Amino acid sequence: MRSEQMVRFPFRPLGASRVHRKVVVVGAGPVGLTLAIDLRLKGLDVTLVDEDDTVSTGSRAICWAKRSLEIFDRLGVAGPMVARGITWNTGRVFHRDRQVYEFNLLAEAGHAFPAFVNLQQYHVEEALVARAEALGVEILWKHRVVGLDLREAPTLAVETPEGACTIEAGWLLACDGARSQIRKLMSLDFKGQAFEDRFLIADVRMQADFPTERWFWFDPPFHPGGSALLHRQADDIWRIDLQLGPDADPAEERKPERVLPRLRAMLGPERPFELDWVSVYTFQCRRLERFRHGRVIFLGDAAHTVSPFGARGGNSGVQDADNLAWKLKAVLAGLAPEGLLDSYDAERGPAADENILNSTRSTDFITPKTGASRRLRAAALSLAGDHPFARSLINSGRLSVPTVYLDSPLNTADVDAFSGRACPGDAAPDAPLGDGWLLPRLGGGDFTLLGFGTDVETSVPSVAAPISGLAAERYDATVGTAYLIRPDQHIAARWRHPTPEGVAAALARARGVSR
Amino acid sequence: MTKGIDRPDEVYEALIELHRGLDEDAGRRADARLILLLAAEIGDAETLKRLITAAREET
Repeated sequence: MRSEQMVRFPFRPLGASRVHRKVVVVGAGPVGLTLAIDLRLKGLDVTLVDEDDTVSTGSRAICWAKRSLEIFDRLGVAGPMVARGITWNTGRVFHRDRQVYEFNLLAEAGHAFPAFVNLQQYHVEEALVARAEALGVEILWKHRVVGLDLREAPTLAVETPEGACTIEAGWLLACDGARSQIRKLMSLDFKGQAFEDRFLIADVRMQADFPTERWFWFDPPFHPGGSALLHRQADDIWRIDLQLGPDADPAEERKPERVLPRLRAMLGPERPFELDWVSVYTFQCRRLERFRHGRVIFLGDAAHTVSPFGARGGNSGVQDADNLAWKLKAVLAGLAPEGLLDSYDAERGPAADENILNSTRSTDFITPKTGASRRLRAAALSLAGDHPFARSLINSGRLSVPTVYLDSPLNTADVDAFSGRACPGDAAPDAPLGDGWLLPRLGGGDFTLLGFGTDVETSVPSVAAPISGLAAERYDATVGTAYLIRPDQHIAARWRHPTPEGVAAALARARGVSR
Repeated sequence: MTKGIDRPDEVYEALIELHRGLDEDAGRRADARLILLLAAEIGDAETLKRLITAAREET
């Protein structure tokens, strides 16, 4: 979306030169908005500060993973996103002029949401802003953070069109992106790796009946030596991503006389299209060593950045918000000690590492840097047609899946034997339940005990599921099985035959009350 | 019967790591040593000859 098409949100001055706010979120991108909505739904007063007064411009995140959609559903915003976006499950990978393999990211039925919905980040933000406003989040547009004083409560120096003001925050949640101002003001190291290859992004508007799949080419005839991606977004906009190599001149490559021939070669000379957005980018994989610094907590790109291959940036940020919101609520409500917030770092730190590892491996495959890695890749690609094993090596992006918090201090280790994938630390799998879905019944405001023919007394709400069917299958349930589900719909504990004492102990552990 | 590769991304990364800090000649020697080590793990001569033939059939 071009900037002239965008709605400007109203600047509202605070009306005082110094204010105190209990919870301040900086950055009204997808992560900050998700967090603000989640905290507001949990009954907290939330202030969201953003330097701009519009949703984001241009090409940014487009692929929203199943887990993000489930989180958005919990926040009451998934419906319009799915309706407006492009649902897809299938990806195809081509080498030169032939397909080497295809993959289906959600091969089984019985889930409310698909593997992915593509929707431009600005549309996602529009839906989130509308929801945040309706819920009464205080959104301060055109408030730019210029200073941070951490001697007592985190205190922000803010500039606005009508002068400066000071916001003292009980808790400061930095969701202000890859170039986080809060991170800079605290002089925190952002360690990692910068990659040299440049990529061209062109979002084009065109009528095309290509299937709604992710298509990725290595060394295609229309772009020899490079990689290419074609992916549909809403409103007949298509994302095209072309590898340009490390020596490309970004200013030159952005010019229409350079871009248009590249796109005509890809789309065919006959197909009419118009450019909606062009940019040339490089990327970095970096993270903060710690995401929590006392009463300042970092989320999303402010805490960790990845390459775009795998759609792990926006989706991991949304999961950061999902992870932190219930913990902060529990601490502020006096239900949990402040130490519970350290489990945000203990769970989302390894998640960031996993995302960085996957996106770095994809980058190494897509942009091989040595003769040996080029030969190895050529070998894998040339074998993939006739030898199915080689397809597993071809890495055009390992697409975002929720991180399993395997080593979380909040997990209660299994005492009973279970098979199946839904282990403590994992995101609870969805399944049909009655005439709806299981996930909307789990978590949200409080812990939930999901029981399959269980009758155990607990202090938390319980949900009963039948002992046969997809839910029972996905949870490896037998009569009496129960799962303790956290407010973020991750699994805290499970039993074949739970006792009230066992459930209470697991609950205390998951709230950070006991170790 | 091909077994396939367990944790392919990890194995692929290790194969690239094999060459870290090696010049091209040293890298090719390392590849050759790896081929012999893998051949010894497979053992069966008929299988090895079939794989050698497949390696030459670049498509």
